Amino acid sequence: MMAVSGPEEIAVIGNTDLTSAELENNIKNTMVEIEKGTSLLRKMEISVGEAEKRTGKNTVNMLEIYTVYLIETRPVDAVTEGITPAPDSLWRRYSEFELLRNYLLVTYPFVVVAPLPEKRAEIVWHKLSADNMDPDFVERRRVGLENFLLRVASHPVLCNDKIFYIFLTEEKGWKEMVYETGFQAKADSRLKAMNAAFRVKNPDKRFTELKHYSDELQTVVSQLLRVRARVADRLYGVYKVHGNYGRIFSEWSAIEKEMGDGLQSAGHHMDAYAASVDDILEEEEHYADQLKEYLFYTEALRAVCRKHELTQFELEMAAQDLASKKQQKEELVTGTVRTFSLKGMTSKLFGQETAEQREAKLQVLAQQIEEGEETVKEKNTESDEFVKTAWVDIERFKDQKDRDLKEALISYAIMQISRCKKGIQLWTNAKECFNKM
Amino acid sequence: MSGTIDGVVSPTQTITIPADISGQMLDLDEDDDLEVFSKDATLADGSMFNASMQTSPGSMVNQYKFEEDEEGDSKDIFITVDNPESHVTAIETFITYRVLTKTTRSEFDNSEYEVRRRYQDFLWLKGKLEEAHSTLIVHPLPEKFVVKGMVERFNGDFIETRRKALHKFLNRIADHPILSCSDDFKVFLTAQAWELTTYKKQGPGFLSRMGETVRAVANSVRGVKNRPEEFTAIQEYVEDFSNKITSLDKVTQRIVKEQKEYLEELKEYGPTYTLWSGSEEELVEQLKGVAGCIERCCKETEEQVGHLSDTLVPALHEYVLCAETLKAVLRRRDNIQAEFEAKNEALATKKVDRDALKEEIDKLEDRVEWANNALKGDWGRWQRSMRGDLKSAFLSTAEKNVDYYEKCLAVWETFLLSQRTEPSEETDRDDTS
Repeated sequence: MMAVSGPEEIAVIGNTDLTSAELENNIKNTMVEIEKGTSLLRKMEISVGEAEKRTGKNTVNMLEIYTVYLIETRPVDAVTEGITPAPDSLWRRYSEFELLRNYLLVTYPFVVVAPLPEKRAEIVWHKLSADNMDPDFVERRRVGLENFLLRVASHPVLCNDKIFYIFLTEEKGWKEMVYETGFQAKADSRLKAMNAAFRVKNPDKRFTELKHYSDELQTVVSQLLRVRARVADRLYGVYKVHGNYGRIFSEWSAIEKEMGDGLQSAGHHMDAYAASVDDILEEEEHYADQLKEYLFYTEALRAVCRKHELTQFELEMAAQDLASKKQQKEELVTGTVRTFSLKGMTSKLFGQETAEQREAKLQVLAQQIEEGEETVKEKNTESDEFVKTAWVDIERFKDQKDRDLKEALISYAIMQISRCKKGIQLWTNAKECFNKM
Repeated sequence: MSGTIDGVVSPTQTITIPADISGQMLDLDEDDDLEVFSKDATLADGSMFNASMQTSPGSMVNQYKFEEDEEGDSKDIFITVDNPESHVTAIETFITYRVLTKTTRSEFDNSEYEVRRRYQDFLWLKGKLEEAHSTLIVHPLPEKFVVKGMVERFNGDFIETRRKALHKFLNRIADHPILSCSDDFKVFLTAQAWELTTYKKQGPGFLSRMGETVRAVANSVRGVKNRPEEFTAIQEYVEDFSNKITSLDKVTQRIVKEQKEYLEELKEYGPTYTLWSGSEEELVEQLKGVAGCIERCCKETEEQVGHLSDTLVPALHEYVLCAETLKAVLRRRDNIQAEFEAKNEALATKKVDRDALKEEIDKLEDRVEWANNALKGDWGRWQRSMRGDLKSAFLSTAEKNVDYYEKCLAVWETFLLSQRTEPSEETDRDDTS
C-alpha cells in the first residue's frame, strides 16, 4: 500500500523488497525532490560518479597519494527530451570540497550548511577498515560527497551562489576565484569569533534552546552510533560461527550412511546463513551514514547559534557604548559626577577644566553619540535580519531533518524485516534437510 | 571364586533372548539369594536365560532382536527423575533426586516405587551394568564435575541439566531389552536407601577386583591380533564420530556465547532510541517505536538462546560422552579377544595341562563370540538412537530459529504498518488504523 501524503514530492517507500541500491536512491530522491521547484536541480543533474587515485606534490614538496572524485553535471532538459548526451565532468579532491564548504559557511552565516562526510573513518565496527584508502570507505565517501552537493544544490539560498556553480563546472582556476572573494580574511575573523569567550545578556531564547538541542542531539546520536556498531560486531560473530556447522556437517556426512545427505545439504544452508550477514551489515552502514550526517549537522547548527550570539553581543556592546557616552555627556553638562572615574578624581585634585575645554569635549561626545546611534541602529537591523533569515533556514532544516530521519527509521525497520525473512528462509531449508536425516 | 566375572556365560547354560523377555522373568527368584548373586556374577546373566533350552552360542546372533519397539506399545516400565533436594550432613552436602518407577513387569512386586538416589548411586549402577555386560552400550551419565561454565555444583541450571540427563540415562536402560532386566537395575529402582547400601557392599571383594584390573591391563598391553574387520570399521567410525561431535559441541557452545554477548549489546541499544525521543518532537513516535521493537526482539533472542542451551547443547554433549563409552566398549571387546588369543597361543607353546587349558579356551571362545554378538546387536541399536536423538535435536533447533525470526518479523512489520497508515499531515488519526 502506497501512502502518498502531503506534497507529492514525498515518496513513501511502498514495499519491503527493495535492493539496497533502490533504497539509497529512494532516500536521495526524497531529500532532493522537495526543493526541486526552487533550486538549481531544476536545471541540472549532479552526481559524483567515481573515485580515482592520484599522486602529486603537496605544499611541502613531498609526494602524496590522494583520491579525486568525478563530478558530473548534465542539464535536466537534455534528458527529458529522450536524448542523453554525455555529462560534463571534472575532478575534485576532498580538500576542495572543504574549501567550498568553508566559503559557504563564511558567506552565508545564517544558513545551516550541510556537512561533509568524515575526513577519516571514525565510528566503525571492527570489520570495517579505518583506512582512508580502503575501497569501501572511499565508496561511502563518494556517496557522502554527492549527498553534500545535492543538499547545497537544493538549498533555496545556496544554490544560487556563483562559486558553487563554478565548483561544479570549471575545474581550473576555481580555487583562485574563491580566494579572490576575500573570504579568507572573513574566515579567519569568524574562527576567532567562534573561539572567543563572551557573555551575551539577552540572547533570543529560541537560539539558546536550539543550542541545547544540538548538544543533546550530538550526544545521543554519537552514543547510538557507538552502540549500533557494537551490536553489528556481535551479530557478525553469531552468524559467522554458524559457518563452522557447514564445514563439520560436510565432514560428518562422509562417515554416515542414512544421515549423510541430510547433513550435507543442511551444511550448505549453514554456510549460506553465515555468508548472509555481510550484505546485511553493509546495508546497515548506509543507515549509520544517514545518522552520521545529522550528527555532523549539529556543528552547523551550533555555528548559526554562535553567530547569533556574536551579532547580539556586538549590538549589546554598541548599545552599552552609546549609553556610556550619553552618560558622560550628561555628567559634563550637569557638572555632577555620578560615577567614580579617574577623570573625576583628577579634576578634583588638579582643578576643573576650563569652559572651552568642556565645550570641546561636549562636541566630541555629541559626534560620538550620533555615530553611536547609527551603529546601534545598524547592529539592531543586522541582528534582526540575522534572526529572521536564520530562523527561516532553521525551520527549513527542522522539517528536512524530521522527514529524513523518519525515512531513515522506516528504512531501518525494512532492513530488519529483510534480515528476518532471510533467516526464516535459511532455517526452514535447514529444517527440511534435517528432516531427511 | 575369582576371575570369572565380566559376563562370562558357562557353556552349560543356554541362551535365548526373545524380543519380549518379560515372560522369562517368572523364573527368577534371585532377589532372595544375594549371596549367590555376589559370588558368581554369571547368574546375573544366566538368570535371564531359560535354562531348559539348549541352543548353541552360534545361533545367538539370531536371537538378538534389538529393533526399536513400535512407539512404546510394549513399553512396560516408566521412570521419572525429579524433585532434587539438598541434604546437609556433618561431612558433606549433596543432592538427591526422586526416582519414580511405574511398571507392570511381573518381576517387580509392586507396580509403583518411589526412592531417592544421589549421583553416586547412579555411578554405581552404571559400573555394575558395564561390569555385567562389558560389550553392551550403556548410555552415558552426565559428568561428575563441569570444569568450565558452571562452577557451583548447586547452581539451579546445573542441577536441572543433570536431572534431565539422569532421567534419560534410566529411561535408556529401561528401553534396553537386556539391560532393563538387570538385577542391579531393579534394586536401584526399588530398594530403600539402607537396603541399597547393604546391597552395594556385596560384590567381588577388593582383591578379586584388583586381579581383574591387572588382567585387563595385561590384555590391553598384549593387544588383539586378529580383530574382525567389522570391529575395526566400527572403531574407525567411532574415532571420526567422536571428533565431529566434539567439534559440534564446541561450536554450539560458542554460538551460545556469541548470542549472549549480542543480547547484552542489544539491551543497551533500544534505550538509546528512547533517550533520543526525549529531545525530539515530531520523531517521538518513530523513535519510541523502534526502541519498542528492539526490546521485544531482545526477549525473543533470550528465549532462543535458552532453547539452544536446553536442547542442542545437552544433546551434543551427551553424544560426546557416548563416543567415549563406545571407545571403552570396543576396548573391552578387544581385551576379551586378546585373552582368548593368549591362551590359545599358550596351548601351542607351553607345556601345561592341556585338557584343563583346552576347557578354559573353549569357555573363552564362547565368551568372545557372545561379546561380539552383544556388541553387534547393540551397535545397530545405538546407531538408530543416535540418529533419532540428533535429528530431533537439530530439527528442534531449526524450528526454534524459524519461530524466532518469525516473531521478530511480526514485531517490525507491525511497526512499519503503523508508520504507513498514519497520515503525515495533521489530520485526525482516528480515520486510519
